[in-house]
Amino acid sequence: MEQILFYLNDHMDMIYFIVLSVFVGIEVIGKVPTVLHTPLMSGANAIHGVVIVGAIYVMLHLKTDDYAGLVLGFLAVLLGTLNVVGGFVVTDRMLEMFKKKN
Amino acid sequence: MSLNLSLLEVCYLIASVTFVIGLKMMSNPKTARRGNLIGAVGMAVAIFGTIFLHDTEVPMLIYGLIGAAIIIGTIVGWLTAKRVAMTKMPELVSLFNGMGGACAALISLIEYPHMMHETGAMIAVLAGLVIGSVSFSGSMIAFLKLNGTLNKALRLPAYNIINTLIMAGLVIWVVLMIVMPGFDSTIFLYLLFFFALLYGVLFVVPIGGADMPVVISLLNSFTGLAAAFGGFLYGNKAMLTGGILVGSAGTLLTLVMCKAMNRPLSNVIFGAFGGGSASAVSGGDNGGSVKDIGTADLAVLMNYSKKVIIVPGYGLAVAQAQHVIHEIELLLESRGVEVKYAIHPVAGRMPGHMNVLLAESSVDYGKLMEMDEINPEFANTDVVLIVGANDVVNPAAKSDPSSPIYGMPILEVDQATHVIVNKRSMNAGYAGIDNPLFYDPKTSMLFGDAKTALTSLANELKAL
Repeated sequence: MEQILFYLNDHMDMIYFIVLSVFVGIEVIGKVPTVLHTPLMSGANAIHGVVIVGAIYVMLHLKTDDYAGLVLGFLAVLLGTLNVVGGFVVTDRMLEMFKKKN
Repeated sequence: MSLNLSLLEVCYLIASVTFVIGLKMMSNPKTARRGNLIGAVGMAVAIFGTIFLHDTEVPMLIYGLIGAAIIIGTIVGWLTAKRVAMTKMPELVSLFNGMGGACAALISLIEYPHMMHETGAMIAVLAGLVIGSVSFSGSMIAFLKLNGTLNKALRLPAYNIINTLIMAGLVIWVVLMIVMPGFDSTIFLYLLFFFALLYGVLFVVPIGGADMPVVISLLNSFTGLAAAFGGFLYGNKAMLTGGILVGSAGTLLTLVMCKAMNRPLSNVIFGAFGGGSASAVSGGDNGGSVKDIGTADLAVLMNYSKKVIIVPGYGLAVAQAQHVIHEIELLLESRGVEVKYAIHPVAGRMPGHMNVLLAESSVDYGKLMEMDEINPEFANTDVVLIVGANDVVNPAAKSDPSSPIYGMPILEVDQATHVIVNKRSMNAGYAGIDNPLFYDPKTSMLFGDAKTALTSLANELKAL
């Protein structure tokens, strides 16, 4: 218990950051019209692809003889890229259709 | 701090800001596309910054592997996203979401053996693993369900109890790995990974196909959470903002969808919906006979109406009939008939799905009416044409307390003078519930594939 409390205390900045981000997320999304729900879900899906940054970071710190790590890391970067690229392109295709009539 | 790392922090700041601005701009149809693009640029800055801005000596082999993975992923992701049919979008979102979850889980698998086993880092790694794995296997099942491979809701006996036990087990397991000395070897990590995957499957499998949009939205926010745990582990602000934004956005969107169906989220996850329970089909034989109508008669009826409302559903999307319906709309308008579209919040497979499809065939925004706006108008409407929609117009939601969709707000089409339902057959809709509307004396059925039937209707209209 104490350990957790100390840990939280050491990372107070981070925790403030997290709490405030949650509110930003709710505020930003709160006013979206129904029409845009599908593209929005898709766009949000692309943004959580930022997890690829973690995959790249892990890869950069691996040793070249850590074969299991390299294979898993390669897969992680590949899947993360699919999430990012596919996510943004699909969202763009959905939104492209809304543009014409404006 | 070195120059490289300071620059990298600036990259992450740029990425975080673009994510917020991008999402914000996506809440308005006029700026939405640019918002998505801005998010993509921020993402690129974060990715390339991570690759090039660091102080570690990185062997060429590793650079090569990262480069290869990104190039392959980009080509495959780009082509898939470009080529997929508009009707397949929801499946694709589910698939890409699963990829992100898997990425988060893999990071934890690699990181675990290398890290110091201090409490905070352990929580971040293990939570990322569990949430990422659940999101991955759950999304794959949702993908298979939407794409029709897994059609029926499969239920183990007492599945709710089993699922709850597994979930509790996962939490206890994580706690044990953190606090019990000797319980933290890699074997336990892989077992945890396996059970998290299993939980994802068991979590989604019993949920009916009609509820998949809610599930995907929920899993979307899970993946966001997994990314945020990764960000916490590395103190990476871009991962934190991106992950948390999606986590809260996804949760909010999930609740909005549930609200549109007038069901609490717990009901979607634990409830008995779309599983073909006994009460679901009880209305089947009490309604008597159905009437059908040919396209020639329908063309005359519509041609001499004052007001027509079109109710599009997933059947329209599947048949790719959005262009024909727009043609019919223009034909009728040229004859002085007022035409509007009634869009139920959960029509299709996702909220907004119908709007996307109709926008594709250049239907004017102003003609797409939301449920609350259009419901009072049905009473003075001559003809309602329902194309491939079923559950969203089912009056049982208002009149039959034993119906599983009782309480869901519907489009009140039975107020109109004539109701025309285009369906391929008398089969029940996605939720597996019979629809008393079809047996209403006002209702006529136009059987056949939406595209074929509507094309024939358009030709009859032109001939008049």
